[in-house]
Amino acid sequence: MSKAIEFTKRNIRRTPFQAIAASMVMLLTFLALQTFIILAAGSQAALRYFESKPQVIAFFKEGTTDQDVTAIESALKQETRVTNTKFVSKDMALQIYREKNKNDPTLLELVTANILPASLEISTKDPEDLAPIADILKREPVVSEVIVPEDVVATLTSITRIIRYVGGATVGFLMIFATLVIVMIIGFKIRIKRTEIEIMRLVGASPGFIRTPFIFEGMLYGVTGTILAWIISYTLLWYFTPFLQGYLGEVKLLPVNPLFMLALLGGSLIAACVVGAIGSFAAVRRYLKI
Amino acid sequence: MILFENVSKKFGPALALDNVSLDIKQGEFVFIVGPSGAGKSTLLKILTREILPTSGKIMVGNIDIAKIKDSNVPQFRRKVGVVFQDFKLLDDRTVFEQVALTLEVQGKSDEEIQKAVEHTLKLVEIWDKRNLFPKQLSGGEAQRTAIARAIVGKPDIVLADEPTGDLDHKTAWGVIQLLNEINSWGTTILMATHNQEIVNTLKRRVVVIKQGKIVKDSKEGRYE
Repeated sequence: MSKAIEFTKRNIRRTPFQAIAASMVMLLTFLALQTFIILAAGSQAALRYFESKPQVIAFFKEGTTDQDVTAIESALKQETRVTNTKFVSKDMALQIYREKNKNDPTLLELVTANILPASLEISTKDPEDLAPIADILKREPVVSEVIVPEDVVATLTSITRIIRYVGGATVGFLMIFATLVIVMIIGFKIRIKRTEIEIMRLVGASPGFIRTPFIFEGMLYGVTGTILAWIISYTLLWYFTPFLQGYLGEVKLLPVNPLFMLALLGGSLIAACVVGAIGSFAAVRRYLKI
Repeated sequence: MILFENVSKKFGPALALDNVSLDIKQGEFVFIVGPSGAGKSTLLKILTREILPTSGKIMVGNIDIAKIKDSNVPQFRRKVGVVFQDFKLLDDRTVFEQVALTLEVQGKSDEEIQKAVEHTLKLVEIWDKRNLFPKQLSGGEAQRTAIARAIVGKPDIVLADEPTGDLDHKTAWGVIQLLNEINSWGTTILMATHNQEIVNTLKRRVVVIKQGKIVKDSKEGRYE
């Protein structure tokens, strides 16, 4: 094994440009893979957030009493579809508004607690329960407006699906492309090492001894590419976190969980080894006749 | 040691070896001579099991070459050192690395490799060239490197296919003296050549092949 690793290192050292080219192709493939996985995981988490968040918001008319609100809340708690309810008074609404706009004094000056309506936020078990709950609320005479963010959920579901499909197809294509590049580079190396292989055979090298460094080489290109891709994707994510946090608002996706990134690295390394090994195996089978 | 019994080899319709029978004892130095295309290289390639005979039986020691399992071929080849006319050295390796390759594929440790390669390079008198690449070597030094690579694993047999073909007169004699010395340790040597002077001066066993057939086999023979 140590000899095979030594031969692999020697192969790479003596053809550095091919090694760089192969690693770059793997880098692009795995950068795309990791980007799509991060996007898919992010959109999935955002979707979960919206699905678990109070999804129906009912705004109360001016003059609604605590008894009216309590009656509605009690009625909703009887519903098995409702998981949680939260009353937001005018003062609480003002507090939330102030927190959100603390950097804009003009907006803060214009708004008082009287302007903002009290509201009730209702969570449901399933996004499909949103509409019936909204209908119940709309029938309440003290309710002035009902907001159903099911459109947000529907849009997010659709975006998540698109990311999965487009990402899957792109990554699938890039995986095939990367495998073929490995086949090509390892095949080329086998051809330029014909004399060496012939000598190795004649001095008694086993087929495994001759093949193994080529297999390791393909795997190493995959591993190098994927580690570089991971460093790039993590750096970009870290760099843009402050900007994205502002954009995402209440959706707490960032800063990204380091465990998620480690799992992403682990998964990518496994995939890279598989792609490298398949490409090398194919090249060895095709070009290395021992 | 080496026994050919009615060995024939066909390449398509062409008959490269025709019913060859030959018995070579351990420690012999045998010249295989004959014109180009006579079948000398085919005979040597069968002995390294690069090719298989079409018919007949070849025994090396108690091993029937045609019956060796593919998985045992590498083990068999470690008993046979090969030297080529064009040296077949690797451009990107130093003299030391060329010779070490034989032992690396055998799974020897770094210490064993260092010791054996140093010993062998000193033996063939190119230890001072150990860090040079083939392009920096003379023809004689390149062939000595190839011989060192062939003998470093202590094979029972050394096959030399026209080892002096690309060398000048003086260098060729240096290589022959080296092969002669290796033979004196008990290593069997089969050397394909058409260098009459060498064959006739050394007065060793000479097997003459023409059109795939052995036409003459004589001890202390001559090549005319």
